[in-house]
Amino acid sequence: MHHVSLSSETDFDGWRDAARRLAGQGVPPADIHWSGSTAGGDDLFAAAASAPEPAVPDHSAPREVKVPKAFIDMAKRVICHRDPARFAWLYQLLWDLQSNRAALTDPLNDAVRWVKGADKQIRRDVHKMHAFVRFRKVGERDGREVFMSWFEPDNRIVGLTAPFFMRRFTGMDWTILTPDACASWDGKKLTFAAGADRSQMPAEDAIEDQWRTYYASIFNPARLKVDAMLSEMPAKYWKNLPEAELIPDLIRQSSQRTGALLSAPSTDANIRSSRMSNFFAEEEAIEINSLDDARRAASKCDRCPIHECASQTIFGEGPADARLMIIGEQPGDREDIAGKPFVGPAGQLFDKAMNEANVERRKAYITNAVKHFKFTPRGKRRMHQKPNAGEIDTCRFWLDLERKFVAPDIIVTMGATALRGVFGKAVALKDMRGALTQLDNGTRLIATIHPSYLLRLPDRQRAAEEYDRFVDDLARARSLLLSDAA
Amino acid sequence: MGKRTLIDRLAILADAAKYDASCASSGSAKRNSLSTNGIGSTEGMGICHAYAPDGRCISLLKILMTNFCIYDCKYCINRVSSNVERARFSVDEIVKLTLDFYKRNYIEGLFLSSGIIRSSNYTMEQMVEVARKLRVEHNFGGYIHLKSIPEADPALIEQAGLHADRLSINIELPREASLKSYAPEKSGAVIRSAMANVRHGIESRQPDRKERGKARPPRFVPGGQSTQMIVGADQSSDNDIMTTSASLYSGYKLRRVYYSAFSPIQDSSGDLPLIKPPLMREHRLYQADWLMRFYGFEKDEIFEARRDGMLDLELDPKLAWALERRERFPVNVNRASREDLLRVPGFGTKSVNRILSARRHTTLRLDHIARIVRSLKTCRDFIETVDWHPSRALDLVTLRDRFVPQPQQLQLF
Repeated sequence: MHHVSLSSETDFDGWRDAARRLAGQGVPPADIHWSGSTAGGDDLFAAAASAPEPAVPDHSAPREVKVPKAFIDMAKRVICHRDPARFAWLYQLLWDLQSNRAALTDPLNDAVRWVKGADKQIRRDVHKMHAFVRFRKVGERDGREVFMSWFEPDNRIVGLTAPFFMRRFTGMDWTILTPDACASWDGKKLTFAAGADRSQMPAEDAIEDQWRTYYASIFNPARLKVDAMLSEMPAKYWKNLPEAELIPDLIRQSSQRTGALLSAPSTDANIRSSRMSNFFAEEEAIEINSLDDARRAASKCDRCPIHECASQTIFGEGPADARLMIIGEQPGDREDIAGKPFVGPAGQLFDKAMNEANVERRKAYITNAVKHFKFTPRGKRRMHQKPNAGEIDTCRFWLDLERKFVAPDIIVTMGATALRGVFGKAVALKDMRGALTQLDNGTRLIATIHPSYLLRLPDRQRAAEEYDRFVDDLARARSLLLSDAA
Repeated sequence: MGKRTLIDRLAILADAAKYDASCASSGSAKRNSLSTNGIGSTEGMGICHAYAPDGRCISLLKILMTNFCIYDCKYCINRVSSNVERARFSVDEIVKLTLDFYKRNYIEGLFLSSGIIRSSNYTMEQMVEVARKLRVEHNFGGYIHLKSIPEADPALIEQAGLHADRLSINIELPREASLKSYAPEKSGAVIRSAMANVRHGIESRQPDRKERGKARPPRFVPGGQSTQMIVGADQSSDNDIMTTSASLYSGYKLRRVYYSAFSPIQDSSGDLPLIKPPLMREHRLYQADWLMRFYGFEKDEIFEARRDGMLDLELDPKLAWALERRERFPVNVNRASREDLLRVPGFGTKSVNRILSARRHTTLRLDHIARIVRSLKTCRDFIETVDWHPSRALDLVTLRDRFVPQPQQLQLF
């Protein structure tokens, strides 16, 4: 039997040295007896180990001992557990890892279960210490506020938690006292000392009254759930929480307070409310005399149900006297968010084609047949849904106004929806493609495909051909404009 | 009426803020005060510093700047027509209160909301000023959540987003018709376009993949945006509520939708029911929300067998769904995909991870599963292992009865 006595209860380096040596010598877990420091050394900072090195049989060259990094991180925490068996379980796990490198991922291994269970308790303990330490202000020193806290963690975790408080409360001096050890920060250095008792704590802090007021006021008596509170804030913590003294009364009074709320008769409206009613007088209906009027009126459009889910009306964009109007289908996810037409993937392809056709986007008026985004949610995405005929026809109201006020010479429709938007009835794109159509008011119309069609084509060769045709259609609009100007 | 003390006003303005369920302080950018020599840190996981007897976590100083409000939302304690006491904090008072609480480790930060005074822009400006002072003048590194005012100028939301970890806008009621009748000054369209602005702000500042290594754009709302809906104030069904949730999650990349059981308020309006808060309904909605976000369920699957559009109050929504879709079970825990394992009632995401991990080491038996999951009671009829098959259980008409909580026997009095 090997006896290993460590220099303190949380002596990770000592445990690691001994464990590495013993495992290297092939000493099985059952042959080792571990102990933390003996009398008096029950803290982080006990004097260095005085225990003699255990005699190890040196009958073979030591094996190399290897572990995953996750094991070391976990062992550093688990060594802070109060269970005396922790050294042995850690060694058992180290032992198992030598024959099975993947042991840590086996939730059925006993040592893994014990160590992970202990680790979970430590992490909870650390988390609760982060949460339930309460500082009281002691005074000021060299222009820095000085705070102090008394806390009683389940395990020996002061060394694990102090860096958190340093990172968070860098700009103030503080000391955390616990029975096992104390930690202090002075703005430059984190220092540790032996355990203390609560007598050094200041008796009160004036801010605690404000905190108790907040605690009592944020509580909703109509939702009393004492068990839920207790499972997260067990009564063992209450003695160091200034707000906890209120809990019994808050619980006791809750049903009466709720009853009073439920049975209270409703009162007359406050006088202020009548004064406010003028403030929100119905906005007058907008009279539409210009493209800007139309844009403003459209921003409140609720003529069809699509508006209930979309973020905003995406009205056309471009000069009000543009000679070229380009009409797409409807805004997509990106357009709905950005508030502008043709900025998503199809919009980018459109921009590229416009460039190649040598048509300046900023000189054209770009719009859609339907002004709101229609979609179905699928997980984290919104899947585009084609607007139906009724929706397109309803939205013609706005497209007609845009056509009236912009009065372009040339219209390019992209896709079947845009065609319906112009004609008010189903028109087959393939019958219109390639032809130049004269509309009643003299405007000429070029029908082409929608750029999103190109994105959907699986065959790259085909997509490239279709893209070229699309660019040709745009270029044709340009040459018409040029020949008009000449 | 003399000027109220700070404590009096704190009581009023905290009471007025308690109907907001969110107290989250997780998931923001990681930062600490070592380099600024200030106060405050956020390290990924938020911390609940206290729990009230309502079981809710207290993580943030959740207050209103003022409970004066020019709106008249029927469900709200602060509506203009209510006779509650009114109060207001100054910007500096909120800053000091936040720092005083934070330095004593009572809180993770501030959740500031407000009634609307004078105008939406004025109110929002004041809130942004609180955040700016905390961040810039006091080097405050803690968590800041601002409830933005949807009608405010987008430029103000922009500024808010540079200081705040999270912005939220409460949609409050799931259907446009409900908003019209109970919150006449609010507009779903305005709320959605404000949410769109925040998503746009977040996405337009995400560094391009190609531009890695170049200077990062300033952080914008690193904790994302969230919203809240009230449950039980209007006639909306659970399906209406989850439809809105699904649409908001997909459209605005919300981190969370909170569901808040309508709670009786002081000086309530006669237009709404005075009820005990429907806490179980709220709980089931959260479960359904989790199914959509972490378990791969689509909203329509959850409601496909719920003809009235309401979730089963007796059973959790996954179990209720599985009982209707028994042809998909038993799931073989040694072979099934993660997606199928996630559909097993009684398996959480952690259990599923452990099962996937364990089955690389061994062929799983039922007693292995018993050591991995919290309890076999719910899952055993839906799974198959090398030594276990639920056999006829899945065909039993009475299977549901095994799970429904038994009525407690009455005691002689």
